[in-house]
Amino acid sequence: MTSIVLERPRQSDSIARGVGAPAAEECAFVTLMLAGQLCGVPVLSVRDILGEQTITRIPLAPPEIAGSLNLRGRIVTAIDLRRRLRLPDASPGAVRMSVVADQGGELYALLVDQVSEVMSLGAQHFERNPLTLPPAWAAFSTGVYRLQGRLMAVLDVPRLIALSPEAG
Amino acid sequence: MDDLLTDFLTETQESLAALDVALVRLERNPTDEETLGLIFRLVHTIKGTCGFLGLPRLERVAHAAENVLGRVRDRQLAVTADIITTVLSALDAIKRIVAALGAAGREPAGDDAAIIAALDAIFEGRAAPVETPPVATAPPLAVAPLPVVPPVDIAPTRSEPVAADPTPGDPPSIDQTSGPQTIRVGVDVLEDLMTLVSELVLTRNQLLQLARAQENTGFSVPLQRLSHITSDLQEGVMKTRMQPIGNAWNKLPRLVRDLARDVGKKIELVMHGAETELDRQVLELIKDPLTHMVRNSGDHGLESATERREAGKPETGRITLNAFHEGGHIIIEIADDGRGLPIERIRAKALSRGLATEAELATMSEALIQRFIFRPGFSTAAAITAVSGRGVGMDVVKTNIERIGGTIDLRSVEGRGTTFIIKIPLTLAIVSALIVEASGERFAIPQLSVVELVRANLHANPSGADGRAHGGDNAIEHISGTPVLRLRDRLLPLVGLADLLALCGETQARDSTIVVAQVGAQMLGIIVDRVFDTEEIVVKPVAPILRHMTMFSGNTILGDGSVIMILDPNGIARATGIAAGSEDRAGGGARGRDGQEQDEALMSDGRTERSAMLLFRASGGKPMAVPLGLVSRLEHIARDDIEWSGGRAMTQYRGRLMPLVPLSGQMAADRASHPVLVFSDSEGGGENERRMGLVVDEIVDVVEDHWAIQLGGGGDGLLGTAVIAGRATDVIDTGFWLTQAFTDWFRPARGVSTGRKRLLVVEDSGFFRQMLVPSLTAAGYAVTAVPDAARALKLRDQGIGFDAIISDIEMPGMDGLAFVGSVRESGAWTDLPVIALTSHAAPDAVEAGRGAGFTDYVEKFEREALLASLRHCLAHRPAATRPTALAA
Repeated sequence: MTSIVLERPRQSDSIARGVGAPAAEECAFVTLMLAGQLCGVPVLSVRDILGEQTITRIPLAPPEIAGSLNLRGRIVTAIDLRRRLRLPDASPGAVRMSVVADQGGELYALLVDQVSEVMSLGAQHFERNPLTLPPAWAAFSTGVYRLQGRLMAVLDVPRLIALSPEAG
Repeated sequence: MDDLLTDFLTETQESLAALDVALVRLERNPTDEETLGLIFRLVHTIKGTCGFLGLPRLERVAHAAENVLGRVRDRQLAVTADIITTVLSALDAIKRIVAALGAAGREPAGDDAAIIAALDAIFEGRAAPVETPPVATAPPLAVAPLPVVPPVDIAPTRSEPVAADPTPGDPPSIDQTSGPQTIRVGVDVLEDLMTLVSELVLTRNQLLQLARAQENTGFSVPLQRLSHITSDLQEGVMKTRMQPIGNAWNKLPRLVRDLARDVGKKIELVMHGAETELDRQVLELIKDPLTHMVRNSGDHGLESATERREAGKPETGRITLNAFHEGGHIIIEIADDGRGLPIERIRAKALSRGLATEAELATMSEALIQRFIFRPGFSTAAAITAVSGRGVGMDVVKTNIERIGGTIDLRSVEGRGTTFIIKIPLTLAIVSALIVEASGERFAIPQLSVVELVRANLHANPSGADGRAHGGDNAIEHISGTPVLRLRDRLLPLVGLADLLALCGETQARDSTIVVAQVGAQMLGIIVDRVFDTEEIVVKPVAPILRHMTMFSGNTILGDGSVIMILDPNGIARATGIAAGSEDRAGGGARGRDGQEQDEALMSDGRTERSAMLLFRASGGKPMAVPLGLVSRLEHIARDDIEWSGGRAMTQYRGRLMPLVPLSGQMAADRASHPVLVFSDSEGGGENERRMGLVVDEIVDVVEDHWAIQLGGGGDGLLGTAVIAGRATDVIDTGFWLTQAFTDWFRPARGVSTGRKRLLVVEDSGFFRQMLVPSLTAAGYAVTAVPDAARALKLRDQGIGFDAIISDIEMPGMDGLAFVGSVRESGAWTDLPVIALTSHAAPDAVEAGRGAGFTDYVEKFEREALLASLRHCLAHRPAATRPTALAA
């Protein structure tokens, strides 16, 4: 938790700069849906977008680990973001998609409900997390973008992947 | 090549590598006296040894170099780049000669006049040294004087480039002739190649699987070719990673030599099979364990020259390394002809560390006790030496070897030496694995650890008198909920894969398959629903976030493209508590030649003793047994005759009150009468006789059988489980139940026997010892039990006195007849009564026994007969007859 507190000032710095130079700082995000919430991950952290995959369950693994899958001969560990963010499980049989990210040479597939478009967003629309955000979200979200009519939570991919006993 | 020369070469190569570095350092810092001193010493040592070994050419060059260095050290010459260059050239000359010496075994012909002249010139302060001294026949090579030449390291470390040298055992020499044949390739290049080939193999497998589905396509022929080429390519790339095991050994001669000097022993190191090849990665991983073990053998295993002389062995101890291939594995044996493992010390230490109880130790074979040295913190070295004995020992070795999927085992005979046997896979990259299914999920089990597959009936009928295996011979039985399988008259602990992995799903067909896996010295049966094929799989490590899961050693992609987890039998054993808690206890069996020994050792625990067992049922119909000889009577006691006092059941029995202890904890109230086993501590009905009745559900039978007790420590009141009359049967611990009735049952101070008679029991079977000791103690004797004749005689030599000896006849090592012979022959025990215990009291055997010196002959488990005989012998103690001759 401390690390989050430490990072907040830095984000506000960037907002401040963003205000100073509008449209100069644009970030591209892959947008995705998780239990009705629009989320985004920086496009540079995404390696692949996958449709429905055969996932092999890993017995005794933490509940967030959905299993592993074969991505062109590489074994990719799948993390169920609904579980990671303490959201209700997807209905059985629902088609799910995944966003593949690379972390230290290892590939991870983040299981989401739906992957939609890639958006380029100006820093002036960025805002840090509302203080009232549930802890499960606050831990994995770096902030929020105000879009027309809705909000997009920015997910922190390295933190989502950093599964350890004390995390989550 | 003679060993001395080998030692010299090893040492010189190391010195030369150090010299290169030191000289360059000196050049940068000419006033560094320490470095200068080091250089001088190294060159001096090389020169001295050359003289000693009769290598004149080397000696001359080294001598000239030493002269120059001596001047420099004495500050008569200032260090200049020229001097350094010349000395380095001299070292190159030495290297060339040494390399040729290593290849041919003798100094090559050649002329070093030029370099010597150059050195002498500097030494005498005459002329500027020759810039690039012309060298013998070959021009100077890539090994330029500067900068630092990588040490001539025959065993490259991970980060160094490796010589892809197809000729094993041939050090990458500086000799020019071998130049074009080999090139140096970075290890990472090879690793990348290996990864790519692994992927190719997987893709090939996928293609083949697809092609199998659709016949007669135009693809099949080129696909076959692709398949062959892939296999060849895989083999070829594997070959580049293969290195002779000698590379892991080449530091050992030096190490042993130094060790010998440090500990003041004479040690000879013999190496066989140094050319045996194995994967570079495996080689790296076993290097340290091997070094450690050789050091251990020299330090602990071998005795000092004096001890060896006294033991009638040659003064020079021998450590033998032997490597060979055996069916996809490589076997490495490290043997010494030293003192062997001290069983008694290990036993004592295991006891003091609480690794096993005395009772457990008593039932363990020597081979099992020896395996305690693989436990953490178990060093038997009495003194900590600089070399080893710090308690970080064989357990680390074992862990390291198991980490690469290997096994380690040992054979040791006290006084004759110890042999460690390591079995490791040739490569870690591609393994053959068995694909199994449990609860609809598939897993791979490395073939290396699979011993056999057994089909078994999952649901044996647990109740009913004929609960025996209606589904064939392989029915799974349960001991308090724990599944076991009778496999060739041994009990195999089982674990259900679905349960273990907490898989829930429709499962458990009536028939399932048991994968018998070897975990260290243990066997473990893994229950799976189905077994598919074996497949060559490429082991990939699991993602870092899953590394804490010890049940899996990795994952892989199968031919059909699906991801599958690879089970680690070691992890499974740990999870089930077998390896951690009760490893090396009875009940396991090892494969291979050592397994045989162990089998025999285990068998010897209950070996050949056919004796009568009373079979009964209690606690819900479970079959149980007790040696008939321990039971004085069987009674049926009517419910109305049972009286209650203070919550305890009693009955009037032969005019006295006898406590009744229900074996199952309570007495069924609805039964009209109860079968009772009556135990008593002295027959004859004296004033002090005490009896107790053990209430059971049903007395079934008396059977004569061999029995080997297994899985010791079945809980309070149980000695363990034995296969009796073909069924897994709990054997009750009589001693426990007797104390349930009388807490002081084994405290014999009860007035009668003032001054207890001391008995020595010599009995190799731990189980029988356990039966005998309580019943004799209960009868008022002070009992000492030893497992063999040698230890009994040791007691005699220590001057310990007894009133009588009870000895088994059939024992490993010195048997009962020989034992009584040596008792009668000399020492303080010549006149003691010695009672023989035997399972076959044929008249002629009795005759032979008496001839050998036994006072009396009693059948095993004839408790009353034994007590009577003891009373008789001890009463006539002074008149104990001494046999006159050995009549046979």
